Amino acid sequence: MPDCANPVEPLSRRKALAMAAAGAAFAVLLPHIAHGDPAAIEAELKKLYGDKPLVAGKIKLDVPQIAENGLVVPINVEVESAMTGQDFVKAVHVFADGNPLPGVVSYRFTAAAGKAAASTRMRLAQTQNIVCVAEMSSGALHSTKAEVKVTIGGCGG
Amino acid sequence: MSTQSKPRVRVPTTATKGELIEIKTLISHDMETGQRNDSAGKTIPRRIINRFTAAFAGKTFFEADWHPSISANPYQSFFYRAEQSGEFTFTWKDDDGSEYAATAKLTVA
Repeated sequence: MPDCANPVEPLSRRKALAMAAAGAAFAVLLPHIAHGDPAAIEAELKKLYGDKPLVAGKIKLDVPQIAENGLVVPINVEVESAMTGQDFVKAVHVFADGNPLPGVVSYRFTAAAGKAAASTRMRLAQTQNIVCVAEMSSGALHSTKAEVKVTIGGCGG
Repeated sequence: MSTQSKPRVRVPTTATKGELIEIKTLISHDMETGQRNDSAGKTIPRRIINRFTAAFAGKTFFEADWHPSISANPYQSFFYRAEQSGEFTFTWKDDDGSEYAATAKLTVA
């Protein structure tokens, strides 16, 4: 909704109705609004990689700061790597700590891809942190985090 | 909308050797999370596409495990380094066991 940029513009009846409808649809689709469990992500990571330390950096996580529609939030992940036979990104995992189920997507790359980057669209139940962990072919783990504010059905929520 | 899932793929048809190409895919699918209730209060069972695979000349080079947090009509873009001519195969695996597939030819000059 581009009109969010102009706070003085009054809401037309049509826009107000559209927003209310969007809000209602959202509430029906994601009933577990109050959940949110960062510990679940840690448990998931422990299962995958044990107690290996996570190093910051190497990952470029591109998500909007504010998502007007939590049903379709674009996410682009790019990991710095030469992507050659010996040195490439093996896997990238994306988690959302405020969703009823924290897992969003897990990618597996090979050197043939040439670039460890991928983008998709995700659902977010509420304002929350997106956590991204990358596993390199050397076994090193990198991670980064970004917050997405989800406004439900309107401006400034 | 929950009829037949139709995949759509955008891949360049030609590339120079060593060129990095971006591949964009989209498939129509409800991606039912298994978290919703119907009007009678019963949970609607989960039904999502749980895995997407991209292969070139039969060799998988990119895989994505999708979880219920992925939006309906899932979009996925990724890269491939073109080295020789051949064919891409893209596969989407549904929770119900069905598979959807698409192919695209690439000519490397």
